Amino acid sequence: MASSGSGYDLSSSTFSPDGRIFQVEYASKAVENAGTALGLKCSNGVVLCVEKPLLNKMLLTNSSRRIHSIDKHSGVAITGFVSDGRQIVNRAREECSNYEETYGTKIPTKVLGDRLASYVHYFTLHGSLRPFGTAALIASYDPETKDHALQMIEPSGVSYQYYACAAGKGRQPARTELEKLNINKPDKAENINVREGVKQLARIIHLLHEDGKDKPFELEMSWLCEESGWEHKGVPRDFIKEAVDWAKKDILETEEYESDEDEEMED
Amino acid sequence: MSYMNQSQPNTHQPYANAYQHDGKSAETRNLKPGELSTGTTIMAIPFENGVVLGADSRVSTGTYVANRVSDKVAQLHDRIWCCRSGSAADTQALTDYVRHYLSQLAIETGRAPTVKTAAHLMRRLCYENKDNLMAGVIVGGWDPVEKGSVYNIPLGGTCIKMPFAIGGSGSTYIYGLVDSLYKEGMGEEEAKQLVKKSISHAMARDGSSGGVIRTVVVKEDGNTREYIPGNELPFGP
Repeated sequence: MASSGSGYDLSSSTFSPDGRIFQVEYASKAVENAGTALGLKCSNGVVLCVEKPLLNKMLLTNSSRRIHSIDKHSGVAITGFVSDGRQIVNRAREECSNYEETYGTKIPTKVLGDRLASYVHYFTLHGSLRPFGTAALIASYDPETKDHALQMIEPSGVSYQYYACAAGKGRQPARTELEKLNINKPDKAENINVREGVKQLARIIHLLHEDGKDKPFELEMSWLCEESGWEHKGVPRDFIKEAVDWAKKDILETEEYESDEDEEMED
Repeated sequence: MSYMNQSQPNTHQPYANAYQHDGKSAETRNLKPGELSTGTTIMAIPFENGVVLGADSRVSTGTYVANRVSDKVAQLHDRIWCCRSGSAADTQALTDYVRHYLSQLAIETGRAPTVKTAAHLMRRLCYENKDNLMAGVIVGGWDPVEKGSVYNIPLGGTCIKMPFAIGGSGSTYIYGLVDSLYKEGMGEEEAKQLVKKSISHAMARDGSSGGVIRTVVVKEDGNTREYIPGNELPFGP
């Protein structure tokens, strides 16, 4: 599937004959090998979720963060190279702080996304720099329009707003599952709320680890919703535990249901 | 937008002799020789669905009236205006900068900027350059978030949101009048009448204010400019 760069992939300032910049594509590969990050825009807020594989038994849990607050009203989840992600988070914090200092209001979602996208894009233009190996999922609330939004910035420097997005290892099955959720119904009242969203994201992450032979992992979740006072905060630990318990039970029940169906068919 | 604020030591010498200022007004002492001053009366009052801004029209250099029909109410954006007082050059430059930044911001955010943002920008410029400026500005307008709002930015660069604001050299003579006549929750006509009456009184007593009264009424659906010639003032001359 991946074609050989054959000489056109040595620098991010070189196009290939078929119009691709391989270095940027390789940067996306780096993201694809990392832990899954999910974002969900619910009717009354945004939920971010990152799965952190615990590579080392000696690791202190909850110490290495993947989700960061960049201002009271916005947060970022990163996946891919965590150290590259730190750069993006720091830049995002500067942008938020500068905007408020200059204009006196919280930075609107679109402006933040555009500026970070420009920043990430800058690193894909210069031969002496390498692209970021990180995808950033931004949850943000605009107090002036009272609107909440979810954006994702990819290593190529594109930024889109989403109802739901996924990045990392398990993004393909995650996207399939996310599409099944009620998030974009024409009748807004039918869309799921944040509490339901937290549970669904926990379920999706656990689905991706179903085969059991996968290594242990940690779940980091945050939300930006009415309940949190429109501040970006970590989902309370006991609610995460509740969601995870529900998720495991739900997956088990679905499996039993499916295996029951199979037995019937054999008769 | 970074003006590195290199603080210069204040080289103003205190007057040893009380009459060393030659009888010149407080304002002209701080201006450069020949510099124009909008020794002024400016005022802005928000009402239910908008804002009324008003100003006199006299521009003076010392005792000479350089322009007796000037326009001291400047537009910063579609529904954001500001009243200028102090050095004419300084306030014109400030207005131009803020207008420029606001138009760029509107394009970047995709929506009209708020009065708060305009006031904030004006304040940043006034504060960071306070050693080199003499400008007192009142920013007022309509936006979907706060509806009508008024921000007073006096010398030095504070920025205060107020239920009504008066400024300029003539404002000192009408503090009592406005305080006694202002009521909360005024409608458009009441606010306009108060602005016209107060500015007339100020123009009658302040030598640096005079000419005509220019008002702008800013509402969601549009701006309306009005003008009261000198012989039709509610009070005075």
